[in-house]
Amino acid sequence: MPGTDRPGRIVVVGASLAGLRAAEALRDNGFTGELTLVGEEDRPPYDRPPLSKAVLLGRVRAADVTLPARRAVDARWRLGVRAEGVDLTHRTVLLAGGERLPYDRLLIATGTRARPWPHPGEAALHGVLALRTAADAALLSGLLDAGPRRVLVIGAGFTGSEIASACRGRGLDVTVVERGPAPLVGALGGTLGAFAAALQRAHGVDLRCGVTVTSLQGRDGRLVGAELSDGGRIEADVAVVCLGAVRNTEWLDGSGLAAGPRGLACDAGCRAFDMYGIVTDDVFVAGDVARFPHPLFEYQLLSLEHWGNAVAQAEVAAHNMISEGPRRRPHLAVPAFWSSQFGLNIKSVGVPTFSDRVVIAQGSPAERRLVAVYGYRGRVTAAVSVNRAKSLEYYERLIESAAPFPPDPATTDRTVAPTPVPSDVPDPRQLSHGPTVALTGHLPDRRGLALVRRES
Amino acid sequence: MYIVVDLNRCQGYAQCVFLAPKVFELHGEEALMYLTRVPEDQQDPVRRAVAACPVQAITVGGAAGAGN
Repeated sequence: MPGTDRPGRIVVVGASLAGLRAAEALRDNGFTGELTLVGEEDRPPYDRPPLSKAVLLGRVRAADVTLPARRAVDARWRLGVRAEGVDLTHRTVLLAGGERLPYDRLLIATGTRARPWPHPGEAALHGVLALRTAADAALLSGLLDAGPRRVLVIGAGFTGSEIASACRGRGLDVTVVERGPAPLVGALGGTLGAFAAALQRAHGVDLRCGVTVTSLQGRDGRLVGAELSDGGRIEADVAVVCLGAVRNTEWLDGSGLAAGPRGLACDAGCRAFDMYGIVTDDVFVAGDVARFPHPLFEYQLLSLEHWGNAVAQAEVAAHNMISEGPRRRPHLAVPAFWSSQFGLNIKSVGVPTFSDRVVIAQGSPAERRLVAVYGYRGRVTAAVSVNRAKSLEYYERLIESAAPFPPDPATTDRTVAPTPVPSDVPDPRQLSHGPTVALTGHLPDRRGLALVRRES
Repeated sequence: MYIVVDLNRCQGYAQCVFLAPKVFELHGEEALMYLTRVPEDQQDPVRRAVAACPVQAITVGGAAGAGN
């Protein structure tokens, strides 16, 4: 088998972008064994980014976001089937219904799901939904078509901001309620958060920051309004819950893998860690569910919910699944993502939250064209462009080469060095998820770990 | 035939918008929006757009996972 050290059976759990691209890469790299993909959703892999943009604007139907195949893949597709567990000792994946799929190599690419509204009764009201799947987008699109009096968006991260943008694009009244001081602040920090707040208000969004929704109210099973923590009330027919994502790792509870609310930890070669932190050699991880160390960011374990990361990491995982030690590759891609909202193209390279200072190196918020460069302890760690995408490649080189921060004014469009300000990003090391395991036993050969009940 | 554009790679050169304006459009100055499913009569323009993209960001193909 040319180019393949490891024939046999490969199972991929998760049949979205990462699972698909991994399957294609396995065949590209000469894997000729048995390949099975397991996907919980009952439709073939599709592209999620258009769901909060083109689909909500009515330009694209949710049914039409199917991903194109890069190549034909000889594989068994088990769609509409949940994986419920892994037995590392016997190398089997347990499916809902009791079937066991044996594997020689396993790829876990189960991604994330939308964090649900915490009150089930309120979440069940007609008009209350989250946006993660194509089915969600079809539902929301239909609700927007019906011409609601007002849409409430709960949470102003990227998804919430894009939904608010689509609502305004359709001429709908929209209120955005954000717990933090500004939209996008959790991902991009204070400077661009302030820019995003001004942008939303200029487009007619009723933006309420530093406020939470305390309850959703219904009448006859339909949403009619919400109460806010500042005592305010709004009337709305539709509420979109945009409170971030939850990693799909519960099915790995009890498997002995290092899986928890932050994802499944792995090495730079996409090999999963077991719960003791020992690397496995036959279980791999890719996409949103993976936590991996990145050398450019002090080897901290990163969990990225980025389209490009899913593709790049899947390709590395696929290569390494069928390659022996010295031929394995590290996943070293510089993180990157984009968003389009309110007619602007926002793109990011590096990790903006890995920063202590930020400087507007090109353009300005007033022009709605700018590049913000982020630094950490005197080196460049990220850059975000607004309608200046062509500049970003240059800053990617600065990130890769650990160039000094602030960047040389000669390389910006400034005559004098711009003044950096604190980046005001959330501390990535903050303890926000609680412990997931506890040490047990006392004698050195009896020390073990037990899974502690997860936070919901 | 379906389309996906790697929008990390896309830099808004808009060659696709000139060559297949019924499929690709700019939303604002540089945010690309496109039909994910190619209409029958747009397959040739889309193929030209794929070839002309300066950063080769456009992938087209049949539905992934179909027929397996």
